[in-house]
Amino acid sequence: MTATLTPPANPEAVDLRGHGQPVVDKAFRWVLFLCLFVGIAFLAILLAYVTIKGWPRLDSRLWTNMPSIRRPEQAGAESAIFGTLWVIGFTALFALPIGFMSAIYLEEYAKPTSRFARFVEVNIQNLAAVPSIVYGILGLAIFARALALGQTVITAGLTLALLVLPVIIVATREALRAVPQNIRHGSLALGATQWQTTWHQTMPAAIPGMATGTILALSRAIGEAAPLLLLGAVTFISFNPTGPFSAYTTLPIQIYNWTRESREEFQVLASATIVLLLVILLAMNAVAILIRNKTQKRW
Amino acid sequence: MTTASSAPGGLNPLRQTKPRYGEAIIKGVLVLAATVSLFTTFGIVISVLIPSLEFFGEISLGEFLFTTTWTPLFANPQYGVLPLVMGTLVITLIAIAVAIPLGLGSAIYLSEYASPRARRVLKPTLEVLAGIPTVVFGFFALEFITQVVLVNIFPGIQVFNALSAGLVMGIMIIPTIASLSEDAMAAVPGGLRDGAYALGATKRQTALRVVIPAALSGIVAAFVLGISRAIGETMIVTIAAGLQPNMTLNPLEGMQTMTSYIAAAGAGDVATGSIEYKSIFAVGLLLFVITFVMNMISIRLVRRYRQAYQ
Repeated sequence: MTATLTPPANPEAVDLRGHGQPVVDKAFRWVLFLCLFVGIAFLAILLAYVTIKGWPRLDSRLWTNMPSIRRPEQAGAESAIFGTLWVIGFTALFALPIGFMSAIYLEEYAKPTSRFARFVEVNIQNLAAVPSIVYGILGLAIFARALALGQTVITAGLTLALLVLPVIIVATREALRAVPQNIRHGSLALGATQWQTTWHQTMPAAIPGMATGTILALSRAIGEAAPLLLLGAVTFISFNPTGPFSAYTTLPIQIYNWTRESREEFQVLASATIVLLLVILLAMNAVAILIRNKTQKRW
Repeated sequence: MTTASSAPGGLNPLRQTKPRYGEAIIKGVLVLAATVSLFTTFGIVISVLIPSLEFFGEISLGEFLFTTTWTPLFANPQYGVLPLVMGTLVITLIAIAVAIPLGLGSAIYLSEYASPRARRVLKPTLEVLAGIPTVVFGFFALEFITQVVLVNIFPGIQVFNALSAGLVMGIMIIPTIASLSEDAMAAVPGGLRDGAYALGATKRQTALRVVIPAALSGIVAAFVLGISRAIGETMIVTIAAGLQPNMTLNPLEGMQTMTSYIAAAGAGDVATGSIEYKSIFAVGLLLFVITFVMNMISIRLVRRYRQAYQ
């Protein structure tokens, strides 16, 4: 603080553009930048570490071989890749229609004063922050045991669908909100009903935003492991799922299983699988950003 | 208009002539979809509450909340949840000690200092952190932070320890805190900043004494949400902090948290209906209640700053 009181070397030269700011201000700016830099540097080190460590195993064995406990040099993650595809397929099947419809109701139909809509809104905000392991408890108690779906692909799909529902609803609402009111008013003035307006005017304009939000939500589901720990994915699975009622494992769970093995080969394998998972997620994010940039419309 | 609508029996061309059942059905379906989220909350409450009530039929609430031995696997099991709460607390404290200063610093830099061009690059890069699966963070905490970095600083550190889990979790939460705080700062009207500059304040003074106080409720909401995420995080602690309940404040030792107990017990083959099975739900209930209260506080605070600057 003393530095703020130090007069500038040449008082005449102080100008109003801030060049004469005291040392503390400059230091403050650097400290702030450092805060940001720590996060980004951490990310860079993490990516470099897993890539270097997993490099020897980043080959076709990873996606054409099944997991194996006895022979780490032959083990792969094929069943986890197919398991992830099956589970995410069901997650999308359940979460997308329900998410879009909820968002359309809240954004296009509900009156802002509606108590029901306000209640649903606060509820969604809270659900978005409920720990994912709690969704695992829900899936275990309701889907796996009470509805007797067991520890299957469909149980995992349903559970992850509920987990990402708030993300999809929030993203879809934002996309709908970005469509200007004039479009709706124009359509309604021409005699279209509310649904015709939503279906033919508002939704088409909002689709890029909805697609972006959806991809981000599904990429969250792909990386999710905690709830699946409770839903049977940890068991040793060396076959691809054959249907919705099949046992399964997923990529994050396979990574978790390998981190628990003490032999170094499995840590290398875990790194290689992490690289595969991150490549999938980064590709999805890139597509989402591409859609957003390509279709960004200025109204 | 008045003549048309007041004419008895006269046709009003602006009024809809036949009821539109299709529209009503569509609206009904949309409302139904919106209630799915209500049923989700209801389902969570029911699924943790019922087995918990059975659990508390056998173990008293006092024993659960206030005793300090958690040994569900022993021949004579004891269910005092405090060691798990302690583990959660220690790791959460480490995480927020990392995430709050770094997250807030990042937010101030992005909101007040970065040029629009730098912001367009830096912000999405920081947000990539939020997209990294937590299992990856857990692996990194165990393999790199503990076994490459921390062993050289603290030679006596255990392989599974609270410190590595807390540090990595702190980094993971930075984007949550940074982006919510930045939203709150962006909502502060530019006029307040201009006023401060006009009075001769520097950029730092403006940021610290005008923008932050004005955005405080939003910033606190971001902190609360970050803490709630730290408490609920599972994979990092399961992988890096070990699975041994440990009533200690020493971050160099392994400890089990509420979440990692649920994960470990739920992943094992626990017989439905056994007391151990029910204990998963009792711990789940405690976890849900804690995070629920924090989320509600955060939602309230956000609403307050939105109202203030609309």
